[in-house]
Amino acid sequence: MTDQAASRRPIRVGLFVTCLVDLMRPSIGFAALKLLEQAGCSVEVPSQTCCGQPAYNSGDRANSRALAEQVIRAFSHCDYVVAPSGSCAGMIRKHYPELFADDPNLAPKARLLAGKTHELTSFLVDILGVRQVEAQYDGSVTYHDSCSGLRELKVKNQPRTLLASVQGLTLVEMNESEVCCGFGGTFAVKYGEISTAIVEKKTENIANAQTHTLLAGDLGCLMNMAGKLSREGKPIAVRHVAEVLAGMTDEPPIAAPASSTL
Amino acid sequence: MTAHPTTSRFKDNAHEALGDDQLQKAMLNVRAGFIDKRAAVAAKLPEFEALRDSARDIKNHTLAHLDLYLERYEQKVIEAGGHVHWARTAEEARQIIIDLCQKSDAKIVTKGKSMISEEIALNAALSKAGITPVETDLGEYIIQLRDEAPSHIIAPAVHLNASQVESDFRRVHTHLDADRDLQEPVQLLTEARQVLRDRFLSADIGITGANFLVAETGSSIIVTNEGNGDLTQTLPKTHIVIASIEKLVPTLEDVSQILRVLARSATGQEMSVYTTFSTGPRRATDVDGPENYHVVLLDNGRSSMLGTDFQDMLRCIRCGACMNHCPVYHAVGGHAYGWVYPGPMGAVLTPTLLGVDKAGHLPNASTFCGRCESVCPVRIPLPKMMRHWREAEFSRHLTPATQRFGLAFWAFFAKRPALYKTLTPWLMSLMHLLGRDKGYLRALPLASGWTDSRDFPTPQGGTFQSQYRKQKSNGRAA
Repeated sequence: MTDQAASRRPIRVGLFVTCLVDLMRPSIGFAALKLLEQAGCSVEVPSQTCCGQPAYNSGDRANSRALAEQVIRAFSHCDYVVAPSGSCAGMIRKHYPELFADDPNLAPKARLLAGKTHELTSFLVDILGVRQVEAQYDGSVTYHDSCSGLRELKVKNQPRTLLASVQGLTLVEMNESEVCCGFGGTFAVKYGEISTAIVEKKTENIANAQTHTLLAGDLGCLMNMAGKLSREGKPIAVRHVAEVLAGMTDEPPIAAPASSTL
Repeated sequence: MTAHPTTSRFKDNAHEALGDDQLQKAMLNVRAGFIDKRAAVAAKLPEFEALRDSARDIKNHTLAHLDLYLERYEQKVIEAGGHVHWARTAEEARQIIIDLCQKSDAKIVTKGKSMISEEIALNAALSKAGITPVETDLGEYIIQLRDEAPSHIIAPAVHLNASQVESDFRRVHTHLDADRDLQEPVQLLTEARQVLRDRFLSADIGITGANFLVAETGSSIIVTNEGNGDLTQTLPKTHIVIASIEKLVPTLEDVSQILRVLARSATGQEMSVYTTFSTGPRRATDVDGPENYHVVLLDNGRSSMLGTDFQDMLRCIRCGACMNHCPVYHAVGGHAYGWVYPGPMGAVLTPTLLGVDKAGHLPNASTFCGRCESVCPVRIPLPKMMRHWREAEFSRHLTPATQRFGLAFWAFFAKRPALYKTLTPWLMSLMHLLGRDKGYLRALPLASGWTDSRDFPTPQGGTFQSQYRKQKSNGRAA
């Protein structure tokens, strides 16, 4: 294959859908798939389970290594690995190299994979140069910056850039959009009371933004905020940003019934 | 006050704190008072990020050659006419200070704010030896009146509201007019100053901490906003500095660099109001100063952190930015952490000093949001170090059984993609059926920590991978 031919070959993206999306909300995976294909990528979905973050953050290095090795094996042939999650992309990008730092065999492979792994909106904007999507969403939205994406991967303007191109959509910033929602993986269950106190501040800020919809880029945070909004009876539609960017909002919002009018 | 840690009761402490309306009201001040000010002052200084790198590098260099700088520092203190005492443990440090007090027959000791004094529970030891310690920092003075521990490393009384302080002053300052007006914070400040003025003049010894110790000159440095530290160390006959060994920096030039990030990170000031250098006792030509100058250098477990996963923690300059920006600290306040050091820095340091078996909750009670690391002036990777503690716990089987079981259960499937692929679509469809009417579940087994206060969203049914493969085999363009 000549260089020229190689450069015309579509970019091969491995979609790391994340276990949470795989299990809880497949529609986010399909939205990510559509966005990547619209941007001209050839997308494949290698067989996958979990990136290992729950084990890693619980101090269980053996299981986190086993799961990380599994991901490295499944995705190393791809040009890029893209995840609709700052948290899981951050795990691969920032923490896999740390996890294998003392393993001369796997360290280079972990670093290689880390270097080509991206959060979805960051991949579209920063790597592919996408500035516009073809989507319509009638209503006002507010956006929560999930912690790992924001601080580990510097995901901040990318989703906003893309949202600005959605027809009919108005973005209203909430106060403290960069403050944690209190999810923190197992933290939300282990320290439920503290997690609740943190998410209460968050839902207050969300409600004060007075928008129809709440968006974010990580399903864990979204489930936490949607679960709290639902328990508080605050009628705000909660969705992953990819659903809106892909124009795939037929499924009811997170924690809303099939008959939802939101 | 701090002799009996309650770190192992962190969850109970947190529960109590979350229901304490006065505390919750006071904690709003942390958000409003520190975060915006730091951001504004950092934004005004183009080289702020570069200065953080520099501060980190200076501390790293010092820690790599700590033995050298400690010896040089001791030599310089002696040359200036001072004395250096080495304390391996809190007990040794307390004994050295009590001996010094007893040798000069001291009855009253004034104190500048010092977290090391809290760490070694010095006040209790002094009182037991018949010596009266008087805290002179306003916040420390208030919590001493209340017999409480500080709840923040630079704002010890941040958990209190002005009305609580007013009632404490009325309770303790009974020699003053009972009908006096104490509505305004400035009136509280003035009253504390009046009361403390007499104590400054009658003190036999002044004890301060140190923000920095300078190897080049043998100087100790304190930064304050009230000037109480200066009166504490210059008026009495004897000045005792109590500091831990990682406070060393090589040169005055290095201190000047780090000072530029310290106050900005701590209070959002460009500099603290007072930055005071002390080098030995009063010289013949000095107009004031103590006749005797002693430094007590405390190790208390720090040297054992060198060369380990926790060495970076020794860079800490005690600015408090990590707790000021921590959502968990905002929610529960400093006392819930159960010992001297709260917030993210405490979550890393406390298990080192007390043992992870006693303080294991602290590094676990974090969402790993990373905001602490993002504001730390010396770039300590705090979440990473909390994770190291979790690893230490896990390998010593200290992790709670339910969590271990849950993880093992999850990992069993996650490590077997074929099994995972077979079972998960069914499981998710079942969960979907359970909650499909409402879109959420009100309760989930083993997850009451979540569902007591939040609904659990119902899964859409099936899995992405199963649906994707089905679509593909049905001829979706690949």
